[in-house]
Amino acid sequence: MSPSLEARQLTRRFGAFTALDHLNLQVEGSKCIGFLGPNGAGKTTALKMFTDLIFPTSGEAFINGVSVQQERKRALGACGTLIETPEIYSSLSPREALELVGALRGMRPEEIRSRTTEVLEEVKMADWADKKVGRFSKGMKQRINIASALLSDPEVVLLDEPSTGLDPRGMAEVRDIVRGLKKGRRLIFMSSHILSEVIDVCDEVALLNHGKLLFHDTLSNVEKRLTGGATSVDLAFMGPVGDDTVTSQVAPLPGVVSIARVDATRLTLTIQGGPTVQSGILERLAAARLGLLSFEPSRSALEEVYLQEISKGDS
Amino acid sequence: MTDGTPSLGHVPGTFRQAVLLSRYQFRDYLRSRRFVLMMAIVAIIGAILTFVLLYYNGAGLTGSSDAFYGTFWAGGVTVVIIFAGIIFGGDAIAGEFQNKTGYFLMGLPIRRNSVYVGKFLAAFTASLLSVLFYLVILLANGAYWFGGAALSVALFESFAIALLYLLALLGAVFLFSSMFKNSPYAVLVVAVLFLFGFSIIQALISGLVKVEPWFIITYAQNVISYPFLSSIPAHMETVKAPGPRGASITSYNPTYAEGLAIMGGYFVLTAVAGLLLFEREEFT
Ligand SMILES: Nc1ncnc2c1ncn2[C@@H]1O[C@H](COP(=O)(O)OP(=O)(O)OP(=O)(O)O)[C@@H](O)[C@H]1O
Ligand SMILES: [Mg+2]
Repeated sequence: MSPSLEARQLTRRFGAFTALDHLNLQVEGSKCIGFLGPNGAGKTTALKMFTDLIFPTSGEAFINGVSVQQERKRALGACGTLIETPEIYSSLSPREALELVGALRGMRPEEIRSRTTEVLEEVKMADWADKKVGRFSKGMKQRINIASALLSDPEVVLLDEPSTGLDPRGMAEVRDIVRGLKKGRRLIFMSSHILSEVIDVCDEVALLNHGKLLFHDTLSNVEKRLTGGATSVDLAFMGPVGDDTVTSQVAPLPGVVSIARVDATRLTLTIQGGPTVQSGILERLAAARLGLLSFEPSRSALEEVYLQEISKGDS
Repeated sequence: MTDGTPSLGHVPGTFRQAVLLSRYQFRDYLRSRRFVLMMAIVAIIGAILTFVLLYYNGAGLTGSSDAFYGTFWAGGVTVVIIFAGIIFGGDAIAGEFQNKTGYFLMGLPIRRNSVYVGKFLAAFTASLLSVLFYLVILLANGAYWFGGAALSVALFESFAIALLYLLALLGAVFLFSSMFKNSPYAVLVVAVLFLFGFSIIQALISGLVKVEPWFIITYAQNVISYPFLSSIPAHMETVKAPGPRGASITSYNPTYAEGLAIMGGYFVLTAVAGLLLFEREEFT
């Protein structure tokens, strides 16, 4: 049986406010799913119901086909989790905290020892293994939390914004860790605000807004959704380009909808049309010999789709 | 990373997990400032007691070793137990919410019951250590004043009742602790109730309403001294205030069996209520 996650009509209300509205989502197999959505979209709420930290108003969540609400212990047995930023008993060292996790998970002592060393290496905290957690910085604690989620080499990994509180190198390391996890037969479900991180490591994305699932699709399909919409492209030139040059040479190009000046050497174009139109514009600009230095989409396809879908829902 | 393997480990049973958790929780207590604080409280109570006995000649003051333990063990151990309950139990559950340590534990394959019981076992063990420390101080004093006669069956009996009282009190403290998700608030409420709140309610109920306060936990604590008494105090005493219009004040003493039943009942009911409550609590 391959690892799976399923939300069935998963709903949570806080008073009159619906934080998560009939979420239906099914994912299965070895892959990484990015769980996206603006602040307050309901991502953490959904993940907390997947880990039984809070209870659904209605609906149910399943891990590997086991209902979290009915059998939390069995459902979470195959699952490593990191929700929000947990605190660890401050007088324990990372090694002791991981020993506790391993013991509660029923790992054998030698398994606990070897895996503790491995995961602490992986989150770059091996030098701190025997220091008290109470003195750690937020980012260091988060690394230990990641180590804790991975200790038992779980089949399903649920991560709620794992890069929270990490420095740029820490974020890059999280990407490496997640990429490493994908080598195994493993399902990773990860909420994130960082689209580049999602593009980097995820195979599928699910987008949530106002508690509703807007879409769940593969990353490659997301790019196809773009056709038809307006995209924006950043241009940089070697030297200043005058307004008259812009009006006479850039504005008339087919597909250009509007032009915004960033500074003397940079422009942002809004383009209506797909890749063919874009490539036509690039070729003509190059042929015009205006000293074009770079031509790149202001936003990734995922970012475009993200913004389009979010604004659709808000208007 | 061992590729392609299913998750490691075979998740242990509910009680086994509780015991495992209690070990680490107890270790956390042992290293904490609150443990030092608790031991300091016991040491101070012990020092005052030792000093008073030396100053007034302990043997003459209390007369017999039974009277000595009846007064100083039974009287002091309830204070030690109440302090231990507040210090180790007050925020035991509330702290899991307030300090967010609950998020670390509750994402694991563990039932809420195991967490509650594990924390209870740890608090009980830490409290037991402080009770034993107090006992050692008393035994040293008892041996000094009364020699070998200091150890008696009555003392064992009383010690056993004290442990039952500790269970009952911790049960109640844990229930309060899981009712509040805020640690300082939980500790405050528990401290106020157990240090004087219950005594005041008890005095008001028995003195004015003339109803036996059998439903208040602290009412049962006198029973700890009963093994040392030759006769158990009257169940109900009414004292008339002097003067023609003086009101009569009634006070109650639990019977032996009643005292034990109150403690046992408190433990069972608060444990069940606390477990059920924690089962329904959310880590929002
Ligand atoms: N305990 C609670 N009581 C009331 N409202 C809550 C509670 N927890 C969450 N909410 C509300 O539910 C909504 C969803 O919150 P949630 O934390 O799931 O968002 P999120 O997608 O994780 O956001 P972020 O990206 O900021 O982490 C928010 O509007 C939030 O205010
Ligand atoms: Mg969140």
